[in-house]
Order: sequence, then C-alpha cells, then structure tokens
Amino acid sequence: MTTDLDARPRAQAPAPRGRTLREQEGRAGLALISPTLVITLVVVVLPLAWAIMLAFQDARLINIRRTGVFGNYTLENFSYVMSEPGFWPALVNTLVYTVAGTALSIVIGLVTALALRDRFRGRTLVRASILIPYVAPVVAVTFLWETMLNPQYGIVNTWLSQPIAFLSQAKGTFLGVEVPVALLTVIAFEAWRYFPFAFLFILARLQALPAELDEAAVVDGATPTQRFRYVIMPQLWRIIALLSVLRFVFTFTKFDDVYLLTGGGAGTEVISVRVYEFLTARDDIGASAAQAIVLAVVLVGFLIVYLRFFGGGERD
Amino acid sequence: MTRGMSRDRFERALLRGLKPLVIAFLLAITAFPFLYMVMLSVRDIQELILDPGSLWPRSFTLDTYANVLGEQGFLTFMRNSAIVAVATVAATLLISIPGAYAVARLRFFGRRQVHFLFLAVYLFPAIVLAIPLFVLFTMMGLRGSLVGLILVYIAQTVPVTVYMLRNYFETVPQSVEEAAAIDGCTRLSTIWRVVLPLSKPALMATGLYAFMIAWNEFLFALLFLVERRESWTVSLGLSQLAGSIEIPTTVLMAGSVVLTLPIVIVFFAGERLLTEGLTAGAEKG
Repeated sequence: MTTDLDARPRAQAPAPRGRTLREQEGRAGLALISPTLVITLVVVVLPLAWAIMLAFQDARLINIRRTGVFGNYTLENFSYVMSEPGFWPALVNTLVYTVAGTALSIVIGLVTALALRDRFRGRTLVRASILIPYVAPVVAVTFLWETMLNPQYGIVNTWLSQPIAFLSQAKGTFLGVEVPVALLTVIAFEAWRYFPFAFLFILARLQALPAELDEAAVVDGATPTQRFRYVIMPQLWRIIALLSVLRFVFTFTKFDDVYLLTGGGAGTEVISVRVYEFLTARDDIGASAAQAIVLAVVLVGFLIVYLRFFGGGERD
Repeated sequence: MTRGMSRDRFERALLRGLKPLVIAFLLAITAFPFLYMVMLSVRDIQELILDPGSLWPRSFTLDTYANVLGEQGFLTFMRNSAIVAVATVAATLLISIPGAYAVARLRFFGRRQVHFLFLAVYLFPAIVLAIPLFVLFTMMGLRGSLVGLILVYIAQTVPVTVYMLRNYFETVPQSVEEAAAIDGCTRLSTIWRVVLPLSKPALMATGLYAFMIAWNEFLFALLFLVERRESWTVSLGLSQLAGSIEIPTTVLMAGSVVLTLPIVIVFFAGERLLTEGLTAGAEKG
C-alpha cells in the first residue's frame, strides 16, 4: 500500500518546483507525526531503556536516586532471580499456560467460526453473546469465575457430587490421574476469554474466501470434512499462524488474568506475577526488572524460532 | 460412487445435528455466566448462602446496588474511570489524527520505520514497562494521580489508533483533498473540513477502542493508584474489595454489573465499526 502511494506521481508536485513542495511535505509530515512519536518515546522507549539499565543494577526504591546511567552494573540480579527456587517452575508454568491457552482459544475460535459461518435465525444474537467474554473488563470476569467456582456457594460446585476448589487447589486426581487443578482452571479461563478474539479473525477470513472453490469441491463430490481439510483449511493457515503469534505474545507476558484468579498461588505462578511481587512486595526493583528482561528475551527467542520454521512457508 | 454418496450424506447429517449443539454450548458458556452475574446482583446474600444452586432470586432487591454505589464508593470510582476514559479518548484522537494523516498521505523521513515502532509498541509487554514507570511515578510523586495513568493509556492506545485511522484515511479519495487545496484550504483545514467529516465511522471506532482500553485496564491502575482509595477506578475498586470478607458477594456482583455494563453498551453501540476496523487491519499485517 505504501509503495503504491510513493510511486504515484503527485498532481500538486510538478517537476520544476517539486523539490520545495516535497520538502514542505516532509516537514509537515514530521510535524504531524511528532506528538505520536514524543509520547511513545517518553512513555515506552525511554522507560524500556531504563528497565534494561535497572536490571543490571542494585536498585531499590530507597536507593533509586543513587543509581544512574553510570551506576555500578552487575549481573547479580540475574544470577539471584534464576537461583530462586520459584523461578524455573514459574517459567514452565508460563510456557504451559501460554501454549495451552493459545491453542485452545484458537481451536474453539475456529469451531465457533465454522458453526456461525452460514446465516441462521438469531445469529446476530449468538454472535453478540460470544463476544462478551472478550469485551467485558477482566476484573469483572475473573470475579465472576471466582464466585461461580467457589467451593462453598459457587454454582458450578452445586452441580458436582463433591465440591472442587478449582482456584486454590494445586493438585487433584481425575479418573485416577494426578492433574494440576488450578493451572487447568486458569488455562480454561484463558481459552474462554480469548476464543472470541480468534473467532473474529477466522470468521472475517472465512467470509472473504471465494465461494467458487468450495462449490467446485461440492461438484467433485467432496464430503464436508474433505472440503474442510483440503479446501478451507489451506486458506486459513495464514490467519491461524498470525493468531498464534499474537495470542502467544500477549499470553506469555499476561499479568491480570492469573493475578486476579489465583494471585499466583496453587501452582499457577507465572513470571509476570513474580515481576509484580518483586516490584511491590519485596521492593527489589533490580530483580524485578531482571525477571522481566528474561521473560522478554525468552519470548523473542521463541518468536525467532517460530519465524525460522514457519515464516518461510507463510509467504508462499 | 454409492459409498462416497453415503459418506457425504452421513457427514452432512452429522454436521447438521452437531451444529445446534455447538451453538447451544457456546451460548451456555458465554451468555449464562453474565446472566448469572445479573441474577446474583439482585438478591440478598442470605439467599445465596442458603440455596447456592438456585438461579432465579426468590425476592428481588436493589439494595445491593445502593450499597455498592454509595457505601462502597463505586460512584466515586465510576467518576474516576469516566474521567480517565474520556481524557484518554480525547487525547488519543487529538494525537493520532494528525499522526495517521501523516502516515497515510505525506512522505517524510522515517515514514516506513514508523510502522515497526508501532508494531513493537503494540506487541510490547506491559509488565516490562510497569517497572520503570512505577519507579518514575514514585519519584515524581505522580502515584495516586490520574494524570500519570492517562499518559500511560494514551501511549498504549496511540499506536493502534494511528494504524486504524491510517487504513481509513487511505480510502478517502485524494482528488477530494486536492480539490480542497485548490479552493485554498491549508493542510490542517483540509484535514478538519474534508478528511475528518468523511472519516466519522473510523473516528467512532477509534474512540470506542481507546475508551474500552482505559475503562478495562487493571495493571497500571493497580500500580499507580492502589494507595489512594479516592482515586481508584472501577476495575481497581472491584478487585480490591473482592478480597474483603465484610462485603457480601451479591453486593460485589452489583459492582461487577456496574463495571461491565458501560463497556458492553459502548461495544455493541459501535460493534460493527470496531470489529471491522480491527480485523481488517490485522489481515493486512
């Protein structure tokens, strides 16, 4: 799109006086974009640089004024946070939570998009209902889940023969297998809250697919599952790949959901909750920043691996 | 041939049967919790404890709402949230309209790189930013003030809104703008008189998006405002009170309804605009 615009000869820029007009345009462009740049610079880019600096310094709120650009840099924060007993389990939790939450939300979103693809009576209403979990404030929905799953008066537990403490029980047995109850609940929450996001993207793509291919497959005698497998799915891979990246990135660093549901207890602690705990409860800014940096680096590592393996095929 | 036909017929029948089940299941998991939220907010706590399985309240009461709005201070929280959300929307539009116009129409140094910056900010983890901003705001004494929070929200929404608006501005025919220029409009008055009136749907969508972010956000509100109860937003207020044992769950459910309702109304008022704007943008990227 941008290249099109650039290549197009401009009516108001005739050749002889083109340069000055072009210069004017460039100046106007910079002037108009500068408020945007200034706020992103001040509130995002500079703080990021500072966060990286803090990760390499011994910083606490009490001595923060003594740390500076030329402070004492050290790797101590990193060795300290990585040797903490809770760190590696939290990293594993983060991974499990992210991969499972991402995959589930996309699968449910795909099924939903296929079910709502054709018109039927009341589709608008069903669609609206499906979007609410995603739109509603996270604090409200986590409180709703807590209430519904409460072991004493939660409605879900009145349907069960034996109440389950979904959000405060680390381990339980299900059909004789030991399962991490709270972690699974948090993953279920993630899938429930974000499948509408996947649904919206996949439905938009489904409705933009040319009908001819599907019709040709019907004429050729392909059954519905064959059409799904060989006609529809190949056209959806791109959007599913994009969704996987987006959901992975967002979930991997997500704080609100786990913090509000379990506070990081019962075997659900993820790195972002640890970052918050170190920042506020322990007042150890350096260690907090170091964990956030580790989280970001691991995330970037995953993205690079992902793009290596899947990025090439995507462009075809 | 006959085997193929029968498989086809079997699959069609199966899917025809499965579809209503899937739709019913989806309705059950999405609509039911929110209906339950409303049902719980209009009954007395005693009723919930005695009969937790009942769906329909035996006696309706609105005392829960009176309690949560008055005694628990949700009216103040709503005022704070409204201030934050409206200020965020106004500032976001003010900043992103010229920015989006520049990216859509003008050739300037670094125009291509701007996209990368925006994508990076969009994907950037808030938890990493939370640390330096928390420290900075503590040092500047900005903690507890809504201004700092608004600044953060603007920075978080602007990259996306510039992107949404740019996509729309590009669909405004250039010839209309040229006509305005010939009629003597300066660049700013062209934006004001020609581009903006033509972009009303996109402006609506952008405003709604910023409003939803500002109203729903939790992490920064928690970090910046938690020590000053009188500046809590609704989200923060509910999360803080949810832990206390003294406040009945049904009263807090009324609080959840108060928190959720504005956003659901706003979303469905502009739903078409919003979902089209967001997914159209995403498909291109």
